[in-house]
Amino acid sequence: MKELLELFWIFFKIGGLTFGGGYAMLPMLQRELVETRNWATNEELANYFAVGQCTPGIIAVNTATFIGYKRKGIIGGIVATLGIITPSYIIISIIASFLKNFSNIEAVQHAFAGIRVAVAALIVFAVIKMWKTSVKSKIGIAFCIAAFLCTTLLPVSPVIIVFICGSLGIILMQMGRGV
Amino acid sequence: MLLLMLEFFKVGLFAIGGGLATLPFLYELAEKYPWFTKAELTDMIAVSESTPGPIGINMSTYAGFNAGGLIGGALATLSLVAPSIIVIIIIARFLEKFSDNKYVNTAFGGIRPAVTGLIAAAGFGVIELCLFKSGFQLNRIWEFINIPNTILFGIILYLVIKFNKHPVFYIAGAAIVGLIFKL
Repeated sequence: MKELLELFWIFFKIGGLTFGGGYAMLPMLQRELVETRNWATNEELANYFAVGQCTPGIIAVNTATFIGYKRKGIIGGIVATLGIITPSYIIISIIASFLKNFSNIEAVQHAFAGIRVAVAALIVFAVIKMWKTSVKSKIGIAFCIAAFLCTTLLPVSPVIIVFICGSLGIILMQMGRGV
Repeated sequence: MLLLMLEFFKVGLFAIGGGLATLPFLYELAEKYPWFTKAELTDMIAVSESTPGPIGINMSTYAGFNAGGLIGGALATLSLVAPSIIVIIIIARFLEKFSDNKYVNTAFGGIRPAVTGLIAAAGFGVIELCLFKSGFQLNRIWEFINIPNTILFGIILYLVIKFNKHPVFYIAGAAIVGLIFKL
């Protein structure tokens, strides 16, 4: 029970502090799960993001379900998921009932201009940490750069990139080269 | 209300690849049902950018709330996440069973560098959005740099790398800086 409450609380915090969608929660996940609690490694987080990318639903929610399941089975998965969606539910219910033009408030716009800059810096640092644990060979560097260029310059779906790189990983192993 | 749950369950089941992937489905819902209009959906994208949480969750709460108050919001949101909970638990079980499998592990070994690249691309999108003014062109890059934001970015990045404190400190600090300097 205590661990279920802790799961709920961790993901409640992450849900309440993630600004700007799925990938923006990577710095929070690294902090809460890898560095503070040792519940997951950076490699596992990368695996979860890959699966979350290729399965239905929102990456943030999928990652929460994954980690909750790993800690406490099916109930853990459900509790972690409820934790990550509860802050949005509360905040949006308040906005929908009282503050329909919330995003037009000047102070909100200024605060969020600042927050976006912080999120950008936090993601850069999160990527550096993930690079250190996940990119281990020249082939890995090539995969990483190719994935970056394909998504920024071409309209390639991340799902396709994940499948191609996974298959290439297996093919290269058969040829005796690890990624 | 059942219809609301069914429709959001469908969005949760078919939108693959994160929050923004739900948008086309939500626009379709706006056309078909009176729960929210296209204009409200556009507003909601702005609200989602200025509130925490995934946009898909925010949108389902908002639509459900319009259709049936607090309970409607809760039902729509739970319906949206139900398919992913089921799918992920099945996949997590599968991966648990095959965690020693050579093929699964090498596949993920190839995928992890790619995911790093994908996240870097998402980070690049945010950087482009806040450090450069809109309409930015590479050959006249200096005219388009948003100088206050770039300075703040440099300071925060330095502090993050040096002290590695909890992300919330940097987010709160940057919000205050944004308010004071009217970024």
